[in-house]
Amino acid sequence: MDFKPKRPQKELKYEELRIYTDEELHNYTEEELKDFKIKHDIPDLEELEKGPWPSFVADAKREALHRKKLPKERMMIDQDVVDDLLGQLQLSFDDGETHWKHGGIVGVFGYGGGVIGRYSDVPEKYPSVAHFHTIRVNQPASKFYKTDFLRALCDLWEFRGSGMFNMHGSTGDIILLGTTTEQVEPLFYDLTHELDQDLGGSGSNLRTPSCCIGKARCEFACIDTQDLCYELTTHYQDELHRPAFPYKFKIKIDGCPNGCVASIARSDMSLIGTWRDDIRIDQEAVQAYIGGEIQPNGGAHSGRDWGKFDIQKEVIDLCPTGCMAMEDGKLVINNQECNRCMHCINVMPRALRPGTDTGVSILFGAKAPILEGAQLAVLTVPFMKAEAPYDNIKELLEKVWDWWIEEGKNRERLGELIQRKGLPRFLEVIGVPAAPQMVKMPRTNPYIFWKEEDVPGGWKRDIKDYRLRHKR
Amino acid sequence: MALSQERLGKYNPEKPTEKRITDIGPRHFWEFFPPVIQKNYGKWLYHDILEPGIMVHVSENGDKVFTVRCGGSRFMTAENIREICDIADKYCDGYVRFTTRNNIEFMVTSYEKVEALKKDLLSRKYISGSYKFPIGGTGAGVTNIVHTQGYIHCHTPATDASSMVKAIMDELMDYFTGMTLPAHVRISVACCLNMCGAVHCSDIALLGIHRKPPIVDDNIDSICEIPLAIAACPVGALSPGKTEDGRKTIKIKEERCMFCGNCYTMCPALPIADKLGDGVAVLAGGKISNRISEPKFSKVIVPWLPNNFPRFPEVVATVKKIIEVYAAEARKYERIGDWAERIGWEKFFEKCEIPFTEHLIDDYRLAYDTYRTSTQFKFTGAAWEVSRAAGGIDD
Repeated sequence: MDFKPKRPQKELKYEELRIYTDEELHNYTEEELKDFKIKHDIPDLEELEKGPWPSFVADAKREALHRKKLPKERMMIDQDVVDDLLGQLQLSFDDGETHWKHGGIVGVFGYGGGVIGRYSDVPEKYPSVAHFHTIRVNQPASKFYKTDFLRALCDLWEFRGSGMFNMHGSTGDIILLGTTTEQVEPLFYDLTHELDQDLGGSGSNLRTPSCCIGKARCEFACIDTQDLCYELTTHYQDELHRPAFPYKFKIKIDGCPNGCVASIARSDMSLIGTWRDDIRIDQEAVQAYIGGEIQPNGGAHSGRDWGKFDIQKEVIDLCPTGCMAMEDGKLVINNQECNRCMHCINVMPRALRPGTDTGVSILFGAKAPILEGAQLAVLTVPFMKAEAPYDNIKELLEKVWDWWIEEGKNRERLGELIQRKGLPRFLEVIGVPAAPQMVKMPRTNPYIFWKEEDVPGGWKRDIKDYRLRHKR
Repeated sequence: MALSQERLGKYNPEKPTEKRITDIGPRHFWEFFPPVIQKNYGKWLYHDILEPGIMVHVSENGDKVFTVRCGGSRFMTAENIREICDIADKYCDGYVRFTTRNNIEFMVTSYEKVEALKKDLLSRKYISGSYKFPIGGTGAGVTNIVHTQGYIHCHTPATDASSMVKAIMDELMDYFTGMTLPAHVRISVACCLNMCGAVHCSDIALLGIHRKPPIVDDNIDSICEIPLAIAACPVGALSPGKTEDGRKTIKIKEERCMFCGNCYTMCPALPIADKLGDGVAVLAGGKISNRISEPKFSKVIVPWLPNNFPRFPEVVATVKKIIEVYAAEARKYERIGDWAERIGWEKFFEKCEIPFTEHLIDDYRLAYDTYRTSTQFKFTGAAWEVSRAAGGIDD
């Protein structure tokens, strides 16, 4: 197995790309850091330097010191940005209210997303963060990195921005926190020309798709999550960069029903790897689990004494469909009844493996509460093969987009449109028949919206004809 | 080629489209996979958690990759990332990975390297004493908290995230570095109902909420598109109005407001944040995974706790209490929501000593679906209080 980018990519070598010298990168001592105070009083933040968990304040302070000791001309935005960011954060604690204004329109030429305008509402106190825009950088699928890339990005962002990041934002992007309008285009130029790397999505765009670790390091993955994620991301660059939708649209890809990127809860299109043949069983390994030679669930529960592993209690009785049993010392699974919940496979990964005829279940419409309340995604296509170049998935997605663009109101998520128009209408649009798998239960009210063509003779009737049979 | 070092680099503002490169997408994932990952792609057979935070994955051709997982703060500086790179260069041939839940993963190919790496990681501390790279976050424990931006860089938050996460994880450290719980517990923080972190299916979710209706800026007519702002209200609480001097404004039926903040998202002239109004709702019992039970929403179990910066003691105490009771009471493999459903939510409130108030009963859309329509309930103190109030019992 070998995957290749769609086009040749520039090879990245930090030594060739770098901005800062080693001396500049190591420009302060532990002693200096110990005595270092930022220029504002931040008592509440200093409290957050204590305790065992990594302190973002302690981290920010070393960046502040590092910047302070760099020559001013070695940074294109203000030297004090970290000081001012922390100062404003302390003020927000004091006031119990944020001090960031509504975003303005900031972006790079030709794109309608990827940069989010951000301004301080107390610029006189914290002038260096007066203009402090966010930039979203499209992360590589499942967030593996080489240090050459990360180091170059650090230099670029320290030089043209604040040197502060989110690794990563909620949607998946690398988030660059804070730069001026002037530096956005130069940064984008080097990002694309030197790092061969593009921005992610924001606004009413396709948002940066994301995926789980997949087959790279997980035995449960049923599909090539990274490849599918990369393909959809690169194929839909226009949708990702130029707003043409009623609202945001998120695509997330989970390799199995365990759902490590939570696609079912937070993506308009959720692709979840699954299989349609039988769970593979290694009966010897089953015996090894029963005999206690292999610890259940990969040792996930080893911090406590739960007693000897009991396959009846821990696997067979917990199976939601009751499709498993021990017969003549062998584990048998009635695969026709299995709903692929993953529990038995999670508990006994060395004995049980997903089948080999794999694909995706496709669900649509998940979102957070704004506005109609939170929604989980609706199972729409029970199974679809997922093989490069994934034309079947793209075709389905485009039907969904066409309908949503046509019918969706401003700021209406796909799930809300499905709610408003009804799942039957959505099925009609994408051209699939209704199936009981799509519902928890059939409707309980009898208010069926029959169509005229459903009924013999249509709806046109003559009252005179009716009165011939029935006196008033 | 090198990164540019002039003020505007190679970008020419006179000719913005000159030599422009667009729509190239992200770097391809394959180049970032360590050789052992490339070689064994799709061939992994199983994994074992050797100790909290340390996993081995074994491939069908016998290759092994050892992963050391460390908690990180999502917000991090170039200095921090460079230190991560130093470690990755020293032990991992220059490869490193971040997880969906803001953890950092270092991968090596032999157990000997694990020991050295582990020692190195745990020796790295900030001057104030906190770990830079605590090891854990695997199996039946609490892994890192996913969270949103908060006061650090967002315009709509009702609380702060980074500080709350730090305060909670400081207290839950033993659950991060241990695997003593019945199942894994996923905690999430979102600073407002926009929920860019989509926390609504977490075992425990902390959610910033507002409690005061928006206030109207004097010159709203010059700041925002009034019809768009009015249309943004899901409960029709906004309507067009006129100021005393005849300018267009917005009238608010305050008693209708559900404090979602959607109007402020649309219109900066309707600020909703307020020091005394804002705070944190606690939700529990949600899950994402399809394992055993279906994915489900988290339920609001505490309607509001104060934004007690910087350490949110009330929030931390509530989270800790739920986890401790869950740890003591739930069955192996049972998630918090499954446990609560098995014992009944009335028992959940009793055991966790959380008061049940009318705020926890849904009265928004589809609320009736959440009402109990059976006689299957358990008696708790709350039930006796109802009976007393209704004149049903004297004791």
